[in-house]
Amino acid sequence: MPNKKMSLRKRIKRPRLLPKAPTGIQGLDEITVGGLPKGRTTLVCGSAGCGKTMFAMEFLVRGAQQYGEPGVFVSFEESAEDLAQNVASMGFDLKALAARKKLLIDHVRVVRSEIEETGNFDLEGLFIRVGLAIESIGAKRVVLDTLEALFGGFSNTAILRAEIRRLFEWLKQKGVTAVVTGERGDGTLTRHGLEEYVSDCVILLDHRVANQLTARRLRIVKYRGSVHGTDEYPFLIREKGISVVPITSLRLDHTASSEVVSSGVPTLDQTLGAGGFYRTSTILISGAAGTGKSSIAGHFLAESGRRGERSLYIALEESQSEIVRNMKSIGIHMAPLVAKDILRFHVSRPTAQGLEMHLASIHQIIIEYRPRVVVVDSITSLLSMGSAPEVTSMIIRLVDFIKMNGITLVMTALTDAGGRVETSYVNISSLVDLWLMLGNVENNGARARTLSVVKARGMGHSNQTHELVMSKKGVEIKYDAVSGK
Amino acid sequence: MIVTSSTKVPIKKRPSPAIEYALCLYVAGETPKSLSALANLKRICSEHLEGNYRIKVVDLRKNPKLARDHQILALPTLVRQLPSPIRKIIGDLSNTERVLVGLDIKSAK
Repeated sequence: MPNKKMSLRKRIKRPRLLPKAPTGIQGLDEITVGGLPKGRTTLVCGSAGCGKTMFAMEFLVRGAQQYGEPGVFVSFEESAEDLAQNVASMGFDLKALAARKKLLIDHVRVVRSEIEETGNFDLEGLFIRVGLAIESIGAKRVVLDTLEALFGGFSNTAILRAEIRRLFEWLKQKGVTAVVTGERGDGTLTRHGLEEYVSDCVILLDHRVANQLTARRLRIVKYRGSVHGTDEYPFLIREKGISVVPITSLRLDHTASSEVVSSGVPTLDQTLGAGGFYRTSTILISGAAGTGKSSIAGHFLAESGRRGERSLYIALEESQSEIVRNMKSIGIHMAPLVAKDILRFHVSRPTAQGLEMHLASIHQIIIEYRPRVVVVDSITSLLSMGSAPEVTSMIIRLVDFIKMNGITLVMTALTDAGGRVETSYVNISSLVDLWLMLGNVENNGARARTLSVVKARGMGHSNQTHELVMSKKGVEIKYDAVSGK
Repeated sequence: MIVTSSTKVPIKKRPSPAIEYALCLYVAGETPKSLSALANLKRICSEHLEGNYRIKVVDLRKNPKLARDHQILALPTLVRQLPSPIRKIIGDLSNTERVLVGLDIKSAK
């Protein structure tokens, strides 16, 4: 087959890529296109409490558990017991790994008061020690956390710097993939300029507080010989380790489904060219208070319940019982679905937790419950917290995550009475495949609800403004336009 | 007297209350630094301690485990095991004054 030959030749011609060691840290291998440079040293720097040690430890634990690469953790600060305790909260059992010779923790104590310097010295003792640790378990990964503690132990920095340079060279010769952590300095990446010695890969972690909300960020400052994402990526430290959430995925390769599912409102399906919602698409329903946003979302949930598909209702404004009662009034019965666990509620006020924690808990429940449909009601209440760009990025991350998992997402958004579109929604709108705008029209002393399709990717749709009627039997779309009659 | 950890001759356990200073020098092979540290140490001891000492040399190349067990980073390291408390001095011991201060030895009269 000529085709096969072609692709083979192509494969041979492709330049050899830098070998990489996957970190196993959620999201990071995506940004780094495969992981950290294999057999080289990566510097991870940041201020106190930014998650350097967690990062380094997860790199080792994942390496040992998932990639069959044993690791040595050389700790200059915390004892092995303290470390084990600190990461136990992330579900890492260091003692078990150590017992299986997959992990070795070596606590190097550096105390200046007991050291008197009398002439020329080197750090060969440290080399011998790390070398022995590497050999004893056949380590492929090494962490030095944090090497800068040495600067507190020795006053002859000229010798120290020469030795650190030698140490990095030596690690390279050993062929181990190393992570070295460093404390953020004033105007420099690390307090003692470790970045001078690490030329292959530098990752900066940041931890900042804005509007009383903490946000962790990760940025790849440098990655020689490799493409990488250059943005600042938010990351979380969760129960199951670090999770870096790319704001915009490097790859947009979630498969677009052409399968159509009913919206649950037959008359709405008729106004949409495809005859319903595309599966795995993202639907935004915006409108002023009381225009029927939640009702349409409710119909869709009930419909997927009828198909026997699990759905998740992320309620950010009302309680579960309120929603169930209100839906019942328009003929949508949610209680039986909840009883069968086909519908689950995740009720939480965004202000109760930080943005990051909020996102994390949503991630968690989606991973556990694996729904086919997710409703977020409403994203406006997310906007009430934090500055808008932050919230937008959080929503983008959520949408990305949901899309990658093949879930159909319905978001509602509250607009002011005039139906004016908030600028933040404009940002989100690029992610949205189908946008329904609901409104109110005063007509001869009566208030009429309206629906129009602002945008519908991949389908023809009606350009009219339709009347939306809500009754005990639910939502109905009247095909004739209210305005322009 | 000088005892090397690598010598096969068992270390004579002489209970000698007369010896006040028990010193241990950690090195890694016979490097110029370790040789000059040992020479400096011998000279300083003979000049200031009048036979009231014992020097043990530990080669971490032969006993790498001890680097961890004894928390040795820099080489050469001299450890004063006796009298307590333990004291550590690093370097080739070329600065006699600092060695004396580090070992807390009162200069010979």
